[in-house]
Amino acid sequence: MMGFIWFWLVAVMIVGYVVLDGFDLGVGVLHLFLVQTEEDRRTTLASIGPVWDGNEVWLLAGGGTLYFAFPLLYASAFSGFYLPLMIVLWLLILRGISLELRNHIDVGVWRALLDGVFGLASGMLAIFYGAALANVLRGVPLQADGYFFLPLWTNWRPGVHPGILDWYTVICAVLALVALTLHGALWIALKTSGDLAKRARRLVTPMCLLVLALTSLSLVATILVRPASLDNYFHYPLTFVVPVGVVASLICIRLFNRRLQPLRAFLSSCLYLFFMLAGACWGVYPTLLPATTGADRDITLAKAISGPHTLAVGLVWWGFGMTLAVGYVTFVYMKFRGKVDLASADH
Amino acid sequence: MTAELIHRLHFAFTITFHYLFPQLTMGLALLIVVLKSVALKTGDEKWDRAARFWGRIFGINFVFGVVTGIPMEFEFGTNWARFSRLSGGVIGQPLAMEGVFSFFLESAFLGLFLYGEKRLSKLMHWFSAFMVFAGSWLSGFFIIVTDAWMQHPVAYDRLPNGQFEVLSFWQLLLNPWGLLQYVHNMTGAVITGSFVMAAVGAFYLLEGRREEYARIFLKVGVIAGCLSSILIIFPTGDLAGKYVARNQPAAIAAMEGLFHTQDGADMVVMGQPNEETGLIDNPLVVNNALSFLIYGTTKAQVKGLDQIPHDQWPTALPLLFYAYHIMVGLGTWFLLLMAVAAFLLWRGALQRSRPVLWALLLSFPLPYIANTAGWMTAELGRQPWLIYGLMRTSEGYSNTVSASNGLFTLIGFMGLYALLGLLFTVLIYREISCGPEPTKKEVRA
Repeated sequence: MMGFIWFWLVAVMIVGYVVLDGFDLGVGVLHLFLVQTEEDRRTTLASIGPVWDGNEVWLLAGGGTLYFAFPLLYASAFSGFYLPLMIVLWLLILRGISLELRNHIDVGVWRALLDGVFGLASGMLAIFYGAALANVLRGVPLQADGYFFLPLWTNWRPGVHPGILDWYTVICAVLALVALTLHGALWIALKTSGDLAKRARRLVTPMCLLVLALTSLSLVATILVRPASLDNYFHYPLTFVVPVGVVASLICIRLFNRRLQPLRAFLSSCLYLFFMLAGACWGVYPTLLPATTGADRDITLAKAISGPHTLAVGLVWWGFGMTLAVGYVTFVYMKFRGKVDLASADH
Repeated sequence: MTAELIHRLHFAFTITFHYLFPQLTMGLALLIVVLKSVALKTGDEKWDRAARFWGRIFGINFVFGVVTGIPMEFEFGTNWARFSRLSGGVIGQPLAMEGVFSFFLESAFLGLFLYGEKRLSKLMHWFSAFMVFAGSWLSGFFIIVTDAWMQHPVAYDRLPNGQFEVLSFWQLLLNPWGLLQYVHNMTGAVITGSFVMAAVGAFYLLEGRREEYARIFLKVGVIAGCLSSILIIFPTGDLAGKYVARNQPAAIAAMEGLFHTQDGADMVVMGQPNEETGLIDNPLVVNNALSFLIYGTTKAQVKGLDQIPHDQWPTALPLLFYAYHIMVGLGTWFLLLMAVAAFLLWRGALQRSRPVLWALLLSFPLPYIANTAGWMTAELGRQPWLIYGLMRTSEGYSNTVSASNGLFTLIGFMGLYALLGLLFTVLIYREISCGPEPTKKEVRA
């Protein structure tokens, strides 16, 4: 029971992170293509200025939760994905610094450089996150002692000894990039006005179609790479509602966008990401990290879970703390709701 | 180079660089609340502008702290997997609490404090500053709790699979080692904040401009600096030292360079510990002082390294000795300088005492060195243990991550952090040159 609860609590943290940091990653990618004037750019960046740092906290809080609830998984996955994680850290550093620096430097050349770094780092992060999730879904070559170490690439084929990047994880990486860019476009449509918002809205329909195509492709690929992903669904057929939800939320994005209801369109995109991630989690549950080296080496809930007292105590403070946290987050988003107003956004 | 050494250097380098930022964050957060409180009480716009100026510096510093802090949480898993696997149920707990309880709080209210002044009432803006302070100090608490459990494990049990499990949540949080280190460490952060603020004040006065702001900075910086420089020695440093002496005899003997057990032990003020001969080269000694400092009497016996098996000696003994002596030496300098500055401030003569202003200006890097040396003392003193008495450092690193892969990313971090250090210096220098006066843009708005 505790295992079930904590599995889904960690999943909630991951969904929270992807939904929230997802839009500012998408904004990071898009601002390279979408903005035309310096004012556009400042408006775009001001729309994420007060929130991006808070959004990143979901990653840290999620990582911490994973650490104490499933120490074996944390230890095994973090050391096994050593190289890509370090690259993710460097990208997070570059991204945060370039965004912050931009507000303090007014030399055009440097600003252009920082904008480029910010956009590239945002895009690379989306790619890495997609690949990371795909690595978990595909499985890793776990040794008997529960550890593994993956190179960045081997022969680009999923198999017993794959690399971080193979054709399957690359498909998921591209999907993540496109889906988060779409998410960012909807945020820009929501938070800005005039020509900029119009340009963002115009992107939505083609991107929705692209996301739909890539989603279908990744679904087929997942089933090919790890057929067991469907077991839970056939066992509880009601849960096929998840893929239906994926498609329905994509349709809603397009619908609300055309009706000029940007908030609803954005929320539909949140739902899309939620369904995708929840569906992926359900596909592996109760395994946490499948082994390509034989199912007996899978890291399962039962193997990785912390001691009972740790989890019971954790549930109390976690529930209390996250209630508070959701309170602050809501408060901040309420305070900064509405279109970005550059005059009051400077600091 | 062995994998163990690389993983130790990896963590040591990234954490040392990281902690340059939070110490200022935590110290300044308190001082900004002071500035905002005076502004709220007197309605004096100057104090508000002073708070806004330090808020900008705080903001830059905070971002550098955040981005260099994210790797720390990852490195427990990436570089110290075997340690994390066994201890995650215990120390994962305070680390997750830091995220849940303080990072959300801090980031939410920092956004409001930096971007929301025009959307908030004066009281609410003060409250945002206060919550940023509360969040950052809470964050420090959880980190110290984590470290305290590694230094002085309490309230744990071992499951059949070898994992550690928390027995009492409150005992874990209220570990006496943690409480003592917390007050000592936070006082150290206030010293950094005060010295930086006083140094900027001294810089403006020596330059002969922005004197009204310089006076504010000096006043707040010197008063806070004087108080914290007293508190860092007595009672916090004194108590922490005595607690270490009782619980980690090997650490205190190595810190003090005490190779041989002695009744009425001497304190070495300066010298170079020689591990081969078991003597201090070029010693400068105060007789019986060490016994007095630890036990309150000049006669008491202090255990030397000779009573400790050699395989339990701190592995980097001379470095530990120097780190400790640098911390104590600089602490003494802080007290002297701040006492003189506070006296002059009280007499109204500080602004005209150029030598003291110069000393204040040039001393701003020293608290960074002292805080770093203090952490090195604590962590090198814990060696060869990762969890004191329970798990050796050699049993904790990720053995699937080879020395070569570790070195690859260590070099990556070194390059990136060199760039970050450079950018940070340029940014802060710009802010200090621009000063607290409203810019043209602000006047127009």
